[in-house]
Amino acid sequence: MIRLRSDLPLDRDQLSRFLPWLIAFMVFLSVLAVAGMLVLNATASKWDRGVRGTMTVQVIPSADAATDEARLNAVLTILATSPEIERYDALDDSRLVQLLEPWIGSAAGADDLPLPRLIDVEMKAASGLTAAALSERLADKVTGVTVDDHRVWLDHLVHLIETFEVLALVVLVFIVLATIGTIVFTTRTGLAIHREAIEVLHLIGAHDSYIARQFARRALGLGLGGGIAGLFLAVPTLWVLARLADSLDDRLVPDIGFGPAHWALLAALPVGVALVAMVTAKVTVMRTLERML
Amino acid sequence: MPANEMRGTRKDDVNSDPEDAIVRFENVGLRYGLGPEVLQDVSFSLVPGSFHFLLGESGAGKSSLLKLIYLALRPSRGLISLFGKDIATTARDHLPALRRRVGVVFQEYRLLNHLSAFDNVALPLRVAGARRAEVEKHVTELLAWVGLKDHMKARPPTLSGGQQQRVAIARAVISRPKLLLADEPTGNVDDAMAYRLIHLFEELNKLGTTIVIATHNQHLVDRLGHGSLKLADGHLVQQPGRNELMAREAASEAAAAKKETGQSEAKTRASRRKSAESASDSAPDSRTAKPAANTKDDDDDFDPTRLENYL
Repeated sequence: MIRLRSDLPLDRDQLSRFLPWLIAFMVFLSVLAVAGMLVLNATASKWDRGVRGTMTVQVIPSADAATDEARLNAVLTILATSPEIERYDALDDSRLVQLLEPWIGSAAGADDLPLPRLIDVEMKAASGLTAAALSERLADKVTGVTVDDHRVWLDHLVHLIETFEVLALVVLVFIVLATIGTIVFTTRTGLAIHREAIEVLHLIGAHDSYIARQFARRALGLGLGGGIAGLFLAVPTLWVLARLADSLDDRLVPDIGFGPAHWALLAALPVGVALVAMVTAKVTVMRTLERML
Repeated sequence: MPANEMRGTRKDDVNSDPEDAIVRFENVGLRYGLGPEVLQDVSFSLVPGSFHFLLGESGAGKSSLLKLIYLALRPSRGLISLFGKDIATTARDHLPALRRRVGVVFQEYRLLNHLSAFDNVALPLRVAGARRAEVEKHVTELLAWVGLKDHMKARPPTLSGGQQQRVAIARAVISRPKLLLADEPTGNVDDAMAYRLIHLFEELNKLGTTIVIATHNQHLVDRLGHGSLKLADGHLVQQPGRNELMAREAASEAAAAKKETGQSEAKTRASRRKSAESASDSAPDSRTAKPAANTKDDDDDFDPTRLENYL
């Protein structure tokens, strides 16, 4: 390891030995917070992408199955002749039962349970057809039909996710503030411990920036060391969490794979924290030395 | 007429032209916190190339006065001018440039114990941004000059008091300061070493460096006859003046001598070496004095006359 020459014995401070571990812990938490933000953001986007431009047409069941079939066909005919619609797909009974099973168990397949007929509709891009307009168009010809564009529950979900994202961001800000506070404290302590040597450097003609650079370089080194350690601790944790998520039903937790950009962002965190440490140390030293002669 | 008296007659001349002064104090007062003034109404000026002792009993304010000169303290009142710049109005960013023109041998040396002798001496060059090769060359030469070439990697706590003092002196002169301040440099050494140190400062002075040495060794001062400032209870009771003319002449002679080449330079060196030997021989206790506890045999490697070889 390359050891930079320093006029101050900063590497002998007890606090300096403790600092990398503290930064490792901060970076560990930062990586988890940022990873959480990325996952939540990707989830919201995925849900939004999956639902935007789609609607579900529901033919409410009546007492007469033959009438229901006729109403379904009438709806499908209207959909087939609507130029704004790219594709539509009527879900069969087995698919409906499959969708209901997680919620009502084996009762979903009971013959006496009236099931609506659902038609998955996908609009053409920029078609401009709204759920209300389609509903009106269908209601003219067929009774007992509703159109749902999922916007209501999707808006709630996205709002919830955005709230979690803000919380994760707040956690990240607190982590950065705690890191800055720690660096300020350790730097001031270092200045007090080495006051005598700093005074000698001043008296032989050292500028404040010369002294500040030594503290800044030390903080950068400790920040990088601690940050990389924190990243190495966080990556296995993320891997375990990802495996746990994989084991859950993908309808509840969508498959959110990290791309290279995501990993690059996480890998940049230790560097970012180290730079924050460096700048903080430099500013702290400059401000403190300004008060000296 | 004795030389000292003759110089004394020029005292008023020296102080009548403060614009030329390398250091100028006008009615300077200094107090620590809310305490009483430790220096009161101190006024004097030092011309370039002069040599002064700063005298006074312990607690008279010698160290405080030196601290004001090397900008470790600001005065409570009065005006201090260093190299023609009023310290009160000099921007903080410009103070390092002034400090680099002042070499200081601190009373307790103030070496950085975690650094080697080499790195301690190299500090002034490094803070001034000197290149590595330049630092290597000058520091090695200077440490050899002060007789510490075999101790370059040694850290101060492993060196004797005399060796530490030489490291401190080397650090003070490495950047060839215009003004050299020494706070009780002879306080911890035997008389023989004290004379050798003073001779070293005289050699520097001949090359044009203004010297101020704080001491309470009146015997040394009387013997060497340089000009002196005397402090008593925070007041300057004796002004600089004696020897000023001599100092100027010596400085101009030295400058002229440096311009000469070949034979004339060799003659000058030989002459100084001879005078150094005679000064050393004439030191009353140099042969009989007991070595101080903090000096070692290899203090004998220290030859002040080698200074001009370095500079």
